[in-house]
Amino acid sequence: MSPILITFYCLAAITLATAFLTIYSKNPIHSAIYLVLCFFSIAGHYLLFNAQFLAIVHIIVYSGAIMILFLFTIMLMNLNKENEVHKPRITRLGAIVVFVVTSIVLTTIFINSKPIAGEYPTTGEDFQSIKVLGKILLNEYMVPFEFASILLLVAMIGVVLLSKKEKPGK
Amino acid sequence: MEKNLALVLLLSPFVGFLFNIFFGKKVSRTVSGAIGTLTVVLSFLLSICFFSQLNQSGKPFEFSVFDWIQVSNFKLDFGILLDQLSLLWLLFVTGIGSLIHLYSISYMHDDENMHKFFAYLNLFVFFMITLVVGSNLLVMFIGWEGVGLCSYLLIGFWYKNQDYNDAAKKAFIMNRVGDLGFLIGMFIIGALFSTLNYAEIKTALAAGNADTALLGVAALCLFIGATGKSAQLPLYTWLPDAMAGPTPVSALIHAATMVTAGIFMVTRMNFVFDLTPDVQNIIAIVGALTALVAASIGLLQNDIKKVLAYSTVSQLGLMFLALGFGAYNVAVFHVITHAFFKACLFLGSGSVIHGLHGEQDMRNMGGLRKAMPITFWTMMISTLAIAGIFPFAGFWSKDEILMVAFEHNKVLYVIASIASIMTAFYMFRLMYLTFFREFRGTEEQKHHLHESPSLITIPLIILAVLAVIGGAINLPGSMWLTHFLEPILGKHEAHALGTHEFMLMGVALVGALVGILWANAKYIKQAFVPKSDAEITGFNKTIYDKYYVDEFYTFLIVKPINGLSNFFRTTLEPALGKVVFSFGSLANGLGTQGKKIQNGNIGLYLFVFVIGVCAIITYLFIAQ
Amino acid sequence: MNNILNQIGIENYIFLSVLLFCIGVFGVLYRRNAIIVFMSIEIMLNAVNLLFVAFSTYHQDSEGQVFVFFSMAVAAAEVAVGLAILVSVFRNLGSIDIDNLKNLKG
Repeated sequence: MSPILITFYCLAAITLATAFLTIYSKNPIHSAIYLVLCFFSIAGHYLLFNAQFLAIVHIIVYSGAIMILFLFTIMLMNLNKENEVHKPRITRLGAIVVFVVTSIVLTTIFINSKPIAGEYPTTGEDFQSIKVLGKILLNEYMVPFEFASILLLVAMIGVVLLSKKEKPGK
Repeated sequence: MEKNLALVLLLSPFVGFLFNIFFGKKVSRTVSGAIGTLTVVLSFLLSICFFSQLNQSGKPFEFSVFDWIQVSNFKLDFGILLDQLSLLWLLFVTGIGSLIHLYSISYMHDDENMHKFFAYLNLFVFFMITLVVGSNLLVMFIGWEGVGLCSYLLIGFWYKNQDYNDAAKKAFIMNRVGDLGFLIGMFIIGALFSTLNYAEIKTALAAGNADTALLGVAALCLFIGATGKSAQLPLYTWLPDAMAGPTPVSALIHAATMVTAGIFMVTRMNFVFDLTPDVQNIIAIVGALTALVAASIGLLQNDIKKVLAYSTVSQLGLMFLALGFGAYNVAVFHVITHAFFKACLFLGSGSVIHGLHGEQDMRNMGGLRKAMPITFWTMMISTLAIAGIFPFAGFWSKDEILMVAFEHNKVLYVIASIASIMTAFYMFRLMYLTFFREFRGTEEQKHHLHESPSLITIPLIILAVLAVIGGAINLPGSMWLTHFLEPILGKHEAHALGTHEFMLMGVALVGALVGILWANAKYIKQAFVPKSDAEITGFNKTIYDKYYVDEFYTFLIVKPINGLSNFFRTTLEPALGKVVFSFGSLANGLGTQGKKIQNGNIGLYLFVFVIGVCAIITYLFIAQ
Repeated sequence: MNNILNQIGIENYIFLSVLLFCIGVFGVLYRRNAIIVFMSIEIMLNAVNLLFVAFSTYHQDSEGQVFVFFSMAVAAAEVAVGLAILVSVFRNLGSIDIDNLKNLKG
């Protein structure tokens, strides 16, 4: 067992465990913190792939922006209590069954597709440094890139409109 | 240039139609009538031009307006053919059409829908020209259907009277029966020769590689079409009822032009009929029987227009008799002379009806000779012509038919002769009852008796003159018409004028005189006036009621169809309705049940969604 | 540079992604709290992103990473709008329990 494989297994265990705890813990604040951990471990996976830029962006966007947004919302709503009523038992049982079924189905698909195991080729070319990604983004993917910015702008305006307090009497 | 002129000839009445239907209401009645008339006169003048040109060159003029249908090896264009036959027809269609338009200006002047009348009349002339000048069967069929439509519209012109509407519908439906025959015949010919062009069919037939049996069926079907349009047995009953329309319509459509379309078609397709002698025999027999039956019904009718209608049917029967013997030229000759004197008779009767303010029953007429001298004399001339008195037009053409019949079949000759004696009788009966003796109408009618205005009498006079001299086009000595039609109909041996022929002429003349004298004896000497409807008994009543043919058709066709539709309506439709409605209520029930699933619970939706995705993935990637 | 997958194997990443994705699905179905449901959706998105990056390395091609990039942008927008909706729902209903949101019923 190489050290890299051991690292992978550790990271994978953390990812799955924190993901599960996110869902399982009753306090939303705890959930959010577990989710942050989960995201960090995924960033670790990215680093393992040597995709540093993506790892950094992932941490900034998810752990930084999105999770802060979550926490703000939770606190805004004053939800840090463990007063959530559980779903009926049958629903929970159903959820577990669906979980198992989905896992089996997806795994079966993979096994069914009979992957060709063997050597993974290495071209030696640089394909994931900031330099290369930036060039691709602003050349081939220029138009989608611009659209993404428009999307974000629209989302921003939408959010402002949605969360604006309605005037009384209207 | 010639092409354009031919198109103007064709479309001029159509322009008149468009004008009258869209703007007729806005202009005065006189203008509307004048435009309707002038467009037809223009066609007439152009017909004369083409006619004189053809007379000099002798070459028919054919061209294609546009390619119409092209399916694999079947090609058809919208072609126009101006040859001897079509020009002859054009001349008298547009000529008599012009006169009748002129007549209608005065006759229909009091009608609020006069512009509509002229629109329909123009449309009719347009379709009639289409029928005549088409260079293939399909173009003829357009005209064929179009004149049927106009006939329907014009019979039901006074649509507020339900009887008239019924008559219009009857005419239309009976024509449909014939049209179906025409269509089937056309399909068979199209299948046999993969063309509908006359010249090409003729060439193909000359090559002699046709299936005679199938060709016979086609000929028979075409003839059925002709019986519908030309009012022959067994489809003739619509024509007498068609007299519900205004009198100019009866004169133009139901006497002079449209009803001769069947004869035109048979003459046009003469090369087909020549090859099918069996069908020709049928035509001859049907023609003779029609002549006899219609003439006998005409003997006792009291409506002045009904008498003329049956007389028309009878004369058409005589024409078909000639067609059946292959004497197309003789039939055409009679068509032309008949158009002259029958149009004149109808217009004259219209003049009488006009003078009596709508009175059509001859029992309420009489003694009109003094009040309406022009009408009287023109009608008298035409009556002499139709009765076959020397030297009027009818004498020559009818005599030709009888001669042909005598040559081929003595029995049919006798039948035709009896029919023409009857013709002489009932026509003079009509004259005696209408114009002689005392007036039998009301005092008020008597007070208003007057001769019709000149717009009515001028066409009458022109037609009467034609009825006198019309026979000249095919006098036994010169036979101009026969020679003229030779390129189309082939050579016909001119009758040598021997004792034989003179004897036949004499017999025909004597027959006509017998009919006249018989009428004279009964209606002048004995001063007999037909009884009122209730008093007629015995065989006379059978004849008076037209042999109960209408009742027979009602019993045989109308009643069963009514019964069937009643059955469908009361039994089948509710049953079918139940089936259909049960589908509806099934869907409704499913919806009601399905609505419960949509309970707004997002959790449930998500479950269903995920399970569905799983199922789809399983089906796509694993199950295969 | 050596390909990392020679030491880990693409199948491991696939199993990891599948499990992560299924945990996300489970969370959506299991919890009633709309915020946790949102978090589950984020987990699912991340599972897919992870797979993208893995295959990007597998093919030695940067397009997969570009896709991850766009998916992040969309996720950010989605979270922002979604949370705004939740806030206004909470304001109106006083709760974000998705079982209470039954107005979807026609």
